[in-house]
Amino acid sequence: MLRFAPALAVAILSLPVLAGLAGTVIPAFGYLPALGGTALTLDPFRVVLGQPGLLRSCLIALSCGVVTAAVSTALVAVFVGGWSQTRTFRFMQSLVSPLLAVPHAAAAFGLAFMIAPSGFLARLVSPWATGWTRPPDWLIVNDTFGLSLMAGLIVKEVPFLLLMVLAALPQVPVTASRQLSATLGYGRVSGFLFATWPAIYRQIRLAVFAVIAFASSAVDVAVILGPTTPAPLPVRLVEWMNDPDLSARFMASAGAVLQLGVTLGALLIWLVVEKLGGLMLMRLAARGRRLRRDASVRRVALALMGLTAAIVFGGLGVLALWSVSGLWQFPNVLPDMLSLRGWEKTLPRVGGPLMTTITVGLAATVLSTLIVVASLAREAETGRTGGNRTLFFLYLPLLVPQAGFVFGLKLFLAHGGVGATWTALVLVHLVFVLPYVFLSLSAPWRAFDTRYEAIAAGLGKSRRATFFAIRLPMLARAVFVAMAIGFAVSVGQYLPTVLIGAGRLVTITTEAVALGAGGNRRVIGIYAFLQMLLPFLGFALAALVPALLFRNRRAMKVA
Amino acid sequence: MQDPSTAGLRLEGVRIVLGERELLSIDRHVMPGETLTVMGPSGSGKSTLLAFVGGFLDPVFKGGGRVLCGGRDISRLPAQERHAGILFQDPLLFPHMSVGGNLVFAIPEAVTGRTARRELAEAALADIGLDGFFERDPDTLSGGQKARVALARVLLAEPNFLLLDEPFSKLDMQLRDQIRALVFERAKSSRLPVILVTHDAADAAAAGGDVIEIG
Amino acid sequence: MKTVLAALAALIASTGLTAAAEIDAADWSAVLDDARGETVYFNAWGGSESINAYIDWVGGELQERFGVRLVHVKLDDTANAVATVVTEKAAGKDEDGTIDLIWINGENFASMKRQGLLYGPGWAEQLPNWSYVDIETKPTITTDFTIPTDGMESPWGMAKLVFFYDSARTDTADLPDSADELLAWTKENPGRFSYPQPPDFIGSSFLKQVLSEKIADPSKLLDPVDPAEFADLTKPLFDYLDALHPNLWRSAKAFPKDYPSMSQLLADGELDITFAFNPAEASSAIANDLLPDTVRSFTFSGGTLSNTHFVAIPYNAAAKGGALVTADFLLSPQAQARKQDPDVWGDPTVLAIGKLDDEDRARFETLDLGIATLRPEELGPALPEPHPSWMAMIEEEWAARYGVAN
Repeated sequence: MLRFAPALAVAILSLPVLAGLAGTVIPAFGYLPALGGTALTLDPFRVVLGQPGLLRSCLIALSCGVVTAAVSTALVAVFVGGWSQTRTFRFMQSLVSPLLAVPHAAAAFGLAFMIAPSGFLARLVSPWATGWTRPPDWLIVNDTFGLSLMAGLIVKEVPFLLLMVLAALPQVPVTASRQLSATLGYGRVSGFLFATWPAIYRQIRLAVFAVIAFASSAVDVAVILGPTTPAPLPVRLVEWMNDPDLSARFMASAGAVLQLGVTLGALLIWLVVEKLGGLMLMRLAARGRRLRRDASVRRVALALMGLTAAIVFGGLGVLALWSVSGLWQFPNVLPDMLSLRGWEKTLPRVGGPLMTTITVGLAATVLSTLIVVASLAREAETGRTGGNRTLFFLYLPLLVPQAGFVFGLKLFLAHGGVGATWTALVLVHLVFVLPYVFLSLSAPWRAFDTRYEAIAAGLGKSRRATFFAIRLPMLARAVFVAMAIGFAVSVGQYLPTVLIGAGRLVTITTEAVALGAGGNRRVIGIYAFLQMLLPFLGFALAALVPALLFRNRRAMKVA
Repeated sequence: MQDPSTAGLRLEGVRIVLGERELLSIDRHVMPGETLTVMGPSGSGKSTLLAFVGGFLDPVFKGGGRVLCGGRDISRLPAQERHAGILFQDPLLFPHMSVGGNLVFAIPEAVTGRTARRELAEAALADIGLDGFFERDPDTLSGGQKARVALARVLLAEPNFLLLDEPFSKLDMQLRDQIRALVFERAKSSRLPVILVTHDAADAAAAGGDVIEIG
Repeated sequence: MKTVLAALAALIASTGLTAAAEIDAADWSAVLDDARGETVYFNAWGGSESINAYIDWVGGELQERFGVRLVHVKLDDTANAVATVVTEKAAGKDEDGTIDLIWINGENFASMKRQGLLYGPGWAEQLPNWSYVDIETKPTITTDFTIPTDGMESPWGMAKLVFFYDSARTDTADLPDSADELLAWTKENPGRFSYPQPPDFIGSSFLKQVLSEKIADPSKLLDPVDPAEFADLTKPLFDYLDALHPNLWRSAKAFPKDYPSMSQLLADGELDITFAFNPAEASSAIANDLLPDTVRSFTFSGGTLSNTHFVAIPYNAAAKGGALVTADFLLSPQAQARKQDPDVWGDPTVLAIGKLDDEDRARFETLDLGIATLRPEELGPALPEPHPSWMAMIEEEWAARYGVAN
C-alpha cells in the first residue's frame, strides 16, 4: 500500500495539470471535434489578439506578477534582516501569520472596504480633517493601472513568503552570520542581505515563482480590486470561457495559452530581476558598503509589515461591522443603525454553500494528509526524498496558472461524462491542497528524531505500532497544522470551484465573489466573515486538539 | 548454563560502508554480562555499528556480516524482533506519554491485564527510587531521573542485549558516575551482553570489558 | 454494414423521439405526476439578495405543494447558463442536461432559440396559469426584444427603466427629463452619474435607451442590425457618450458593476442619479435599510425602455416536468403578488389584474408599492427594446471604444 503512495501523490499533482494543459492547448489551435473544429489553425489566436485592449490586459497581468513578487520579497527580506531574533519580530510574526489563513477574496474585500473613497479610512478623517461630506470622486479601487489589485495581492503574499523564509531560517547559520558581519562593521540589514539572504533565497525560490504565477493569473482578487477598462487577462479569460458563443471556446483556449505565456513572461522577467538584484548585492558587498545607518529602512519595513496586518484585519473588522449594519451613510464612522436583517435573510441560505465548503475542504484535506503521511513514511523507509524532483511536482500545480489548465480539465471531464459532482470538486481541490499539506508537514516530519523509533523497535514494537504509538502522536501538532493549512487552501479556492462546480456546487468563496458583484456590503460582509471564520476555526482546532490531548505534557507544547 | 560458544552476542565479519568508504569492520563475541566498548572520535561511524546491530541502519549505509544472538542469526530480522535495548545520549522519553506510560509501553505483550502491567511499571519505578512517579509528565523530571526512567524502560522490555550510544555524555560529572554504575550493575545482574559506544575513556574503564578503537 | 448503420440511425432517431414525447404540457396532471420528486436546477442571476430570498421562498412552496426540489444556481451573467447548454450540446449531451430552467430574455433568448437550445415551442401557452397573463396590453410578453417567444419562454415579470435620486440632496426641479437633459445635468454635476459597465444588462440597457432617443429613425431598431449602416446609425449614441464620459463618476475610468452597486453608491453619496429596470427598486431598497427613505423615482416623459423577463427550459433539461411546474407556479397570482411586494422584491406582475378572481385581485390591490415607487400611470410611455442583434454590436463597439483604458 505504502509503496504506491509517492506515485499516487505524483499522479494527483501532475495528471490533472497535464490533462488540463492538453485540454487547453489543443483547442487553442482549433482542434475540438465536438465543436466542429477538426483542422489545425492559428485563427483562435488571431481572434484573441484582435480583442480590444488585449495588450493592456496582458501587461497588467504581467506587471501584477512581477511587482507583487518584487515588493513582497523585498519587504520580507528587509524585515527579516532588520528584525529577526528580536521580540518585535516574534510579535509581528504572530500578527502577520494568521493572514495566511484569510482567503484571498476576503482579504481583497477587506482592503477595498478600507481604502475606497467611501471606505473606512476616508470616514475616519471626514469631515473634520478633509471637509468631505461626500466621498471624493477618486479612482482608488479598480484603478486603471491595477495598483490596488497589486496591493491586495501583496498583503496576502507577504505572510506566505514570510512563512517560507521562517521555514528556511533554521538551515542557515543566521546568528553566526549576523555576529560576524556586525563585527566587520556591517549594518543589520546589509549584513543580512550580503551574508545570509542568498542562501535563504535559494530555498524559497520556488515559492516566489508560485507567487508570480498566482499574482499574474489571479481571478478573484482581480474581479474585486482590479481595473475594468480593460480588466486583467485572467478576468477576461474567464469571461471568454463563459461566452455563450460557441466559437468563443477556441478563443478562450487560445487566451488560456496566452495566459500561460504571460505567466512565463513574468517568470522570465523575474529571472532577470533576480540576476540584477544579485549583481547589485554583490557590487555593494564588493565595495564594502557597510550601510550602518539602516534604522529608517528597518522602521519602514516594520511599519509596512504592520500595515499589511492592520489593513487586512481592520478591513475584516469593517466587513463584520457592515454585516450587522442598517443604513450607514458617509461620512459616519459607525453605522447609523445596527440591524440583523442581513444575517436573518442570508443565514437560511448559507447552509448549502457552507456544507459544500466544509465537506469538500475536509475531504480534500483528509485525503491529502493521508497521501502525504504515507509518502513521507515511505520516504523514511527507503531513505529517498526525491529531492528536487519532488519539489518540482509539488510546485507544478502552483506554477501553472489555474486559468491555464482548469478550463482544459473541465473540458476533459465533460467529455468523460463527469459533470459538476462533489467527487470531481474534491479531486480538483486535492491538486491544490496536497502541495501545501506536503510543504507544511514535510519539514517537521523529516526533522523527527528517529532515535525514538529505534528505541521503540528495540522495545519489540512493530513498525505499525511504532508509527501509531510514537511518531503520529508526537507529530500530531504538525499534522493538525498541516490539515488546517490544507483546509484554508481549499476554502479559499475560487476559480477551480467556479469552473468545476459550474454553479451547481457553490462554496462560501464563490458565493462571496459572485455577491461581491452585487455591491451589497452587508451581504459581502456576511460571506467574507464566514469565509475567514472557517479557516480560523480550522487553526483553532489544530491548536486546541493537541493542547487537550497532551494537556499535561510540557514537551509537547512547543511544536 | 548456556553453551559458551553460542551465548551472548556475536559479531561475525561485521562491516559498514558508506559509498566506497569502509567505516568499520569488526569480529567479536560479547558474553552475557560483558561489555564491548567501541571508542572513536565523532564521525568515525561508531554509532552506525549500533544502528546495524539494532536493525535501524540508515539506508544510505550498507552493512555486511552476521550478528548472532544466543546462537541465532538476527541480522535479517526487522528491528522489532531483535529485542535490542537501546540507550542514547538523551533519555528520549516519549514526551506525549506519562512516565508510567513510557514504562507500560515497554512491557512485553505477554504480560496481560491493565493492573498487572501497571503494577509491574510501578515496581520498576520503585526499584529506581522514583516511587509514585507514574502519572508525572516526563518533561518535569530532572536529568538524572529521566536517565533512570530510560534505563528502567529498556530493562522492562526484557531485551536480549544492550546497545549504549554515549548514554552518559550529557550528564554532569557527579550524576554520570552514579548512572553509569547503575547501568552496568543492572546489565550484569540481568546477564545482558552490552555494546557501548563512547569517546570517554572513563566509560570504557567503568565498563571493564574489551575496548576497540576505530576511526 | 449499411443495415447496421441504418438500424443505428433509427435507434438514435427513436430515442430522440421518445425523449421529446415524454412530457406534454397539455396533460397537466401527467406533468404534475412526472414532476414529483424531481430536482429543478434554476439558473438565475444571483446578484440581489432580495431576489435570492424570493426564489428561496418559491423553492419552499414548490416542495410543499408539488414535491419539487428547487435549486437556485446563482449566476453573475445569464450568458454562463447559455454557455453551459452550448457545451452540453457540443459534447452530445442531449438528455439529462445540468440546467432545467433559466431566467432569461433578450439576446440570450434569441441566441438559444436560434441555436435550437430551447424546449418547446408552445409549452408556455399551455401552462394552467397562462390564462391570467396580460397578453392584451403587454406586447413584450409575446415579443421578446422583437423576437416572437413562440411559447418557448414563460413570462415572469415586467421591467421598465426608472431613475432614482435622493430628494434630500437633489432638487426635484433640477432632474433631467431626457437623455439630452441628463447630459446637460452631468455637466452641472460632474462625477455624480454613471452606468453599469456593459455587457452588464442594465448598463447595456442604458445605451439602448440613449440610442432609442437619439437615433433618427427608431423603427430601424426593430429590425436586425445592418452592419453596413451600424456606424452611421449609432453615431449619435457614441457622440453622446463621448460628451458624457468626461463628467461621469471616476471620469469613466471605472464603472459600477451592476445596479445594486449603483444603489450602494447612491447611499454613499457618490452618485446622485441611478437607475434600475424595476420601478420598485428604490422602495425595496428603502424597506431593506439599503437606501435612505428620502430616495424617490422619476422617468423621462418621452418614455423609457420596457421589457419582460421570462423563464425558459433548455432542450436537454433533466427535469422538464419539474421545470414546467416551477414556471407555472411563478405565474400563479400568489407568487406574482408576493413578487410585486417591495418588501420582498417589488417586481411588477405580468398578469392582467382584471382576469383574476376577487380574492387574487385583492392580493394586488392591497399591496403597498412603497414610498419611492411611481404609480403605473406615472411611469410614462414604454419604449420597445431593439432587436437583440443591436445589443451585441453596441456592446462590442462600446468595449472597443471605452473598455480599453484611455
